Amino acid sequence: MEQQELIPHLFRTEYRKITAVLCKLFGIAHIEVAEDIAGETFLSALETWPYRGIPENPTAWLYSVAKNKAKNHINRSHIFAEKIVKEVQSATPLSEEIVIDLSEKNITDSQLQMLFAICHPAISAEAQIGLALRILCGFGIDEIANALLTNKETISKRLLRAKEKLRQEKVKIEYPGPAEINDRIEPVLTTLYLLFNEGYYSESNDTVLREDLCLEAMRLTHLLIENELTNQPKVNALLSLMCFQSSRFAARKNENGDIILYEDQNESLWNRDLIDRGVYFLNLSAKGTEISKYHLEASIAWWHTIKEDTNEKWESILQLFNHLLQIEYSPVAALNRTYALSKAIGKEAAIAEAEKLQLEHNHFYFTLLGELYKDIDNHKAKQYLQKALSMAKTQTDKQIIKKKIEALINYH
Amino acid sequence: MKDYLLIYRMDYSAIPQGTAEQMEAMTKRWMDWIAGIAAKGRLTDRGNRLAATGKVIKGNNVVTNGPFTEIKESIGGYSMVNADSYDDAVELAKECPILAVGGNVEVREISLL
Repeated sequence: MEQQELIPHLFRTEYRKITAVLCKLFGIAHIEVAEDIAGETFLSALETWPYRGIPENPTAWLYSVAKNKAKNHINRSHIFAEKIVKEVQSATPLSEEIVIDLSEKNITDSQLQMLFAICHPAISAEAQIGLALRILCGFGIDEIANALLTNKETISKRLLRAKEKLRQEKVKIEYPGPAEINDRIEPVLTTLYLLFNEGYYSESNDTVLREDLCLEAMRLTHLLIENELTNQPKVNALLSLMCFQSSRFAARKNENGDIILYEDQNESLWNRDLIDRGVYFLNLSAKGTEISKYHLEASIAWWHTIKEDTNEKWESILQLFNHLLQIEYSPVAALNRTYALSKAIGKEAAIAEAEKLQLEHNHFYFTLLGELYKDIDNHKAKQYLQKALSMAKTQTDKQIIKKKIEALINYH
Repeated sequence: MKDYLLIYRMDYSAIPQGTAEQMEAMTKRWMDWIAGIAAKGRLTDRGNRLAATGKVIKGNNVVTNGPFTEIKESIGGYSMVNADSYDDAVELAKECPILAVGGNVEVREISLL
């Protein structure tokens, strides 16, 4: 790999590892110090490699520079030394020297423990996603801003506030005990699920970046699976769901970036490897007694990997949504359940149910009604779709609704 | 919004023992009905079915099997829904599948202490 490609590549893979290990070592109050040292390490590489050539083992070089910088920082900063060294040394009383452990095991442990620390209820979900992208995925502030469709200042402020909050809360970077793990893993899974969805449904034009977000969410979920303590059935179910969803990545947008609806997708573009992996993790998730929402959503996503419309398919999807709604109500699930009802039982029954949903502030509600009234009362169908169009906010949503209206006009 | 308890009652001895398919169809009707309430965001608690047998404790430490010996109908299960009024809660209960097989639904407002 050429030098100009190598450093960005290593930044993507190693920055987050160095940061996580140093955060773990210094404590949550000093996230910035860890980030600075990791950043300076890469700056050194940029400064020296062009003149001295690429070291034989670039990663080892980075680790050793990061270790030296961390030690220098500890020695240099009086206050830092007073506060941190005491704590660190009391934990390892026999050694004079502070050990900076960049072994694979400690890197993984540090990353997972940071994941638990970041997914803290004291900070908002969007701040959790931002911090995860920055600290655990090594994304730049501008990349995060681009992916989340906001500007750099907003992201910088959001991250700063979140770090301050974690400092105030004195959040510990450690694994939860076996008794707490089931509760503590919930917000972690929620954040990973949101991170994935952020990439999957992002309006950002940057396709590579959107896919990266999804892949990062999957990588972090996989880290949880590889660890015995956190390898729970519902974590496998979440990864299974992510595999099924991302299998349709190539099929759901055309070359202009326009969304292609599920019914119109070219099945041959669905990624069979990812579908197989989804099935693999879905099988692994079938342990224990808990049926989480991730189990149900993964099963629904599995049924969607079968393109053919059969009664069995829609009846199964309907029952899965029935179960999902009883666990957790959400307008999206209520609307999707009604759609499944129309496929399983018929449009008339679905319309009767849809009209009782009371989701008049949701444009998807009117899109659904438009869809249900198609071929039953096309005039009504068009009215509902136009109502939906007037309420839709994003370009993607408007585009989808316009297509449906066009189809309705052309068809008749 | 207030919470209302739905209590499902019927004469369980009178239920004809259906085939596996009939039982499955009945379960499906229940699921569709209760999920319809959930889809409206009105299900507070799905509740549960109750086992067919039970005990009744009376004063003086008298414990009997029952209460099925004295009354024909017994409670088969319960759910909790949220509604604006009794009328509203009754509206939700009207499509309960138990009504089609001779049972009834008692609707009771939860009165918080």
